[in-house]
Amino acid sequence: MSARDAILKRLRERADGSLSAPESDFAVVTERGWSPDERLARFERCITSVHGEVVHTSREEWSDALVRVLADKGVRRLALGREHPVAVEARQALADADVALVDVDRDIEAWQREQFESVDAGLTSIGGAIAETGSLWLWPTPDEPRLLSLVPPIHVAVLDADTLEDTFFDVVERHGWANGMPTNALLISGPSKTADIEQTLAYGVHGPRELVVLVRHIDADTEDSE
Amino acid sequence: MNAQNQIDQAHPVQTYSPREFHRQAHDALGNPQIRGNFRKAMDGLMTKRRDSFEGWDVETLRELGANIRMRALAKLPDLLEQLEANCQANGIRVHWAEDGEEACRIIREICQSHDAKLVIKGKSMVSEEMHLNAHLEEAGIEALESDLGEYLVQLNEQTPSHIIMPAIHLNTDEISEIMHDKTGTERTRDVDYMTAAARQQLRERFMAADVGVSGVNFAVAETGTLCLVENEGNGRMTTTVPPVHIAVTGIEKVVEHLRDVPPLYALLTRSATGQQVTTYFNMISSPRKEGEHDGPKEVHLVLVDSGRSRIYQDDELLDTLRCIRCGACMNHCPVYTRVGGHTYGTTYPGPIGSILSPHMMGLEETKDLPTASSLCGACGEVCPVKIPIPDLLVRLRREAVGEGRGNVAGAGVKRTRTEAAAWKGFQWMATHPGVWRSGTAVVGKLRALTPGKLGAWTDYRTAPKPAGKTLHAMIKQHQVDKSRLDKSDKEPR
Repeated sequence: MSARDAILKRLRERADGSLSAPESDFAVVTERGWSPDERLARFERCITSVHGEVVHTSREEWSDALVRVLADKGVRRLALGREHPVAVEARQALADADVALVDVDRDIEAWQREQFESVDAGLTSIGGAIAETGSLWLWPTPDEPRLLSLVPPIHVAVLDADTLEDTFFDVVERHGWANGMPTNALLISGPSKTADIEQTLAYGVHGPRELVVLVRHIDADTEDSE
Repeated sequence: MNAQNQIDQAHPVQTYSPREFHRQAHDALGNPQIRGNFRKAMDGLMTKRRDSFEGWDVETLRELGANIRMRALAKLPDLLEQLEANCQANGIRVHWAEDGEEACRIIREICQSHDAKLVIKGKSMVSEEMHLNAHLEEAGIEALESDLGEYLVQLNEQTPSHIIMPAIHLNTDEISEIMHDKTGTERTRDVDYMTAAARQQLRERFMAADVGVSGVNFAVAETGTLCLVENEGNGRMTTTVPPVHIAVTGIEKVVEHLRDVPPLYALLTRSATGQQVTTYFNMISSPRKEGEHDGPKEVHLVLVDSGRSRIYQDDELLDTLRCIRCGACMNHCPVYTRVGGHTYGTTYPGPIGSILSPHMMGLEETKDLPTASSLCGACGEVCPVKIPIPDLLVRLRREAVGEGRGNVAGAGVKRTRTEAAAWKGFQWMATHPGVWRSGTAVVGKLRALTPGKLGAWTDYRTAPKPAGKTLHAMIKQHQVDKSRLDKSDKEPR
């Protein structure tokens, strides 16, 4: 008998008889009843408490904020996608800036060392965020691959304020994640960190040392005109 | 030079065995360095855990966590089949192993089929449990740990002393010395410098690695998704950079639905390190698809039994399998805090180790572990999935001295004829009042003859002496006195 069949047989022929499965009530992990402002405040408090940076900007002017952040941090080479609107707008805004743009829509095998050693920052769009824990969620794509938010020392994430939800449970349920998961789904809450050396926090142990979240608000003007 | 000597004395590289628990505990208790390191770390972790649950209805959340895990166990064989089917549909290859040896062989064969020379590892306790690194090294394949704590422990030729914080037994100076010695970094107390150096060293190895091996925190049957919880990013590196990813996990780690994951994740991070959330929650559902530019081209899942299906047979022992490996029980254990993780001589130390290891290694090897507890109950109180750890410790103590029937390997190992006969005699006496009374009266009379040395018990204690008068005799006397008093009360004044 194969290991598989033997294991399953033992589990099915349980000595103390079959077990009954209890129902679960998930009320304790859903819907906190926060207003959009409370949600945003909580998100910001949580993510900055673990060393994430938050820059508030608008949908119209966010790429100016991006240019400023990159200049502040001395980013010379920025890796980014090509098709996502975030990448398209960033590419336009950076056309005249002193930042080299690195394409990521090529197989990693062709440029692994380059990505590991000569990219200063990676820019990604974000699916949404979780207020309770200050977490970003993203589903990497061929346009914005998995390593883009991991390998460069700085990760710049572009988040729309109106995508904030209360809890992780709410995100999984409302977006129907169970109906089809991507190759890789991620929650990111701050830059890479460790406390393995005598409980002392250190950042950037394997992933990015810095995480900057550009939070795009809908402009008051724009809102009025809609 | 001096510092080096001190460190050599503090941490001689040695192997630990659960058979030697008492000797190892004795050594650890006499080591102020170990005791200081653990005390400081555990105090911090207990406070952080408490703070992180502030504002939460912890009991309801723990109830839900226990409930989700019980549901998963109730449906375990079906969920494993569902997980396998969904993983396969997603392109993940699924393997089953009866024990650690078979799992090692499966992993080695996958590595060899890719002509792998270097395997990079994310933290996986199951791989520690099966001694995967040693197995791969024997086959000429280097297995390198990438979690910073595991990396340091591996550099120092040790094993983890805590399931979440593997290098918790080492302090900054010791780590500086180890890194200096093994990798040539400067001696320093600058943690950022050491972390950056390790980053540099390990990035080269990530690029060179042929295979990445990781554990799994939750395997979701409904979607065929493997979830990994971490702060460092080495888990994401391990599962994304090398061309092949092998995830290895115990068969009990499966959960039914994706929505079962958020509550368990909320419990896990808070219970383990007092964090609201970890930096990364990594959910892997397939290898690299057509058109995608990174990620492994092959993903394997190895499901390991290794004694788990045996635990599964028994209604009481079953609760052991709810564990989500947070380590809160050890963080709160007064015994663990004093003797440290290595003393147990097992992959899983502390209370959870004491109720898990006997099933994996047999009670012959681990007979002292269920006694490594004062039964204070802290472990059961903090367990995020409400495993009644103290009850299970008592159950295993009973199994160790019992008649050897039942579901635990090595049951009856501590049973001796004299002890069994003594208890039988006691039972007979205690159920025959006349014999009991005359027997205890004789013992009271002969109390002067009680020996002053009673084996290990009197190493740190004074031998008890039977009372001159038995409780029965005293009660009888009391009743006589009382009736006399009552009589005098009733006399008219």
